[in-house]
Amino acid sequence: MSDLFWIFISAMLVNNFTLHLFLGLCPFMGVSARVETALRMGAANVFVMVITALSAWVLNTFVLTDAPYLRLISFIVVIASLVQIVEMAIKKLSPTLFRELGIFLPLITTNCAILGLAIFQTNRGYGFLEGMAFALGAGAGLTLALVLMASIRERSELSEVPALARGMGLVLIIAGSLSMAFMGFAGLLSQ
Amino acid sequence: MTSAGPPNAAASSAGEPLLPVIETTPGHDLLRGVWRENPVLVQLLGLCPALAVTNTVANSLAMGLATFFVLLGSSVLVSSLKRLIPAEVRIAAYILIIATFVTIADMVLAALVPATHKALGAFIALIVVNCMILGRQEAFASKRPVGRAILDAVGTGVGFLIAMVMMGSIRELLGNGSWLGVPVFGQSFEPWIIMILPPGGFFTLGFILLGFGWWEGRKQKRRPGRRPWPHSVVERPEGRVA
Repeated sequence: MSDLFWIFISAMLVNNFTLHLFLGLCPFMGVSARVETALRMGAANVFVMVITALSAWVLNTFVLTDAPYLRLISFIVVIASLVQIVEMAIKKLSPTLFRELGIFLPLITTNCAILGLAIFQTNRGYGFLEGMAFALGAGAGLTLALVLMASIRERSELSEVPALARGMGLVLIIAGSLSMAFMGFAGLLSQ
Repeated sequence: MTSAGPPNAAASSAGEPLLPVIETTPGHDLLRGVWRENPVLVQLLGLCPALAVTNTVANSLAMGLATFFVLLGSSVLVSSLKRLIPAEVRIAAYILIIATFVTIADMVLAALVPATHKALGAFIALIVVNCMILGRQEAFASKRPVGRAILDAVGTGVGFLIAMVMMGSIRELLGNGSWLGVPVFGQSFEPWIIMILPPGGFFTLGFILLGFGWWEGRKQKRRPGRRPWPHSVVERPEGRVA
């Protein structure tokens, strides 16, 4: 049990996907202008990550044992099509949920955070439960980073930033400071 | 896999090209990606590898060359197969082609330079989702002859390599006091450890972009009537001019 907990904490805070491993930077830069959008993007990410962890585990355990070189191609195909199918199901079953998350799903199916999750899970040899804890932790970490970034950007819109620094340069430097703050969590694991 | 991205994605279902085809000269195709529309520094594509593996020059070079190979290979294949790939499933087809070349690059690197392959880790496999590569297929290789697609891939690949080596040099020089493993600053230099850690990647690119913004603003001020590069696909934000 404590193992699962540490996998969760490690993926969420210590090895945060966005701020420590640089995965999923496109949504991090692209949809972090509003806190509300950032939260929904994060939720959609958690959802896709759980599906990814599940399908990667099934593929690794039952299908790809003899052909590891087909891993990359099959991960992409299976994850992308599964997310499409689930998206259609949600559209049918719960239109409200679809309106909340729907537009983000196709955008993040082939995101590097998603594929990275599947690859890390494979390289570290996680089982089913460990994979789930990893996916939930990574998703929570991504959501946390997105919401923090969006909050800072909402504030920085009201302050007088020099014209030169408006735009991506400033966002990257804010991200660097956040990443430095998250380095403090590294002490959690060494104890 | 309908992540077509651009706002006029609806047009794609009718089999029409997503982006308008603009006639350009071969030289323009080759040079565009190198600097003026550099994929990382100007278009901000492919940021994951540009930030994640640029902590040493050797890693940056290996990553840049691997990406160059994948981009060139998939551009040639996509451009040759453009009449065979149905418009509805083209993104899926491009990703499969890219994934094939990434698998080749992964195996070649593992066989030739095992140490670097280990250092780059999962990021070799993640070349598949580098949006720069998919972007070039969608915007260029899928509607141009093979020769032009090669020129474009070479230009964009070199541009990516330049950006990677630039980031890697800054980070290794400041963070480790060396360049490609050779000590540069001597004994008395106290390395800025932060530069080879994750925050250093964000800071380096952030300050490079601020520097570019300042440079552009200065140029605009000196020659107000200066027109941007012809047929530029990059929209330059208005607010940049100080």
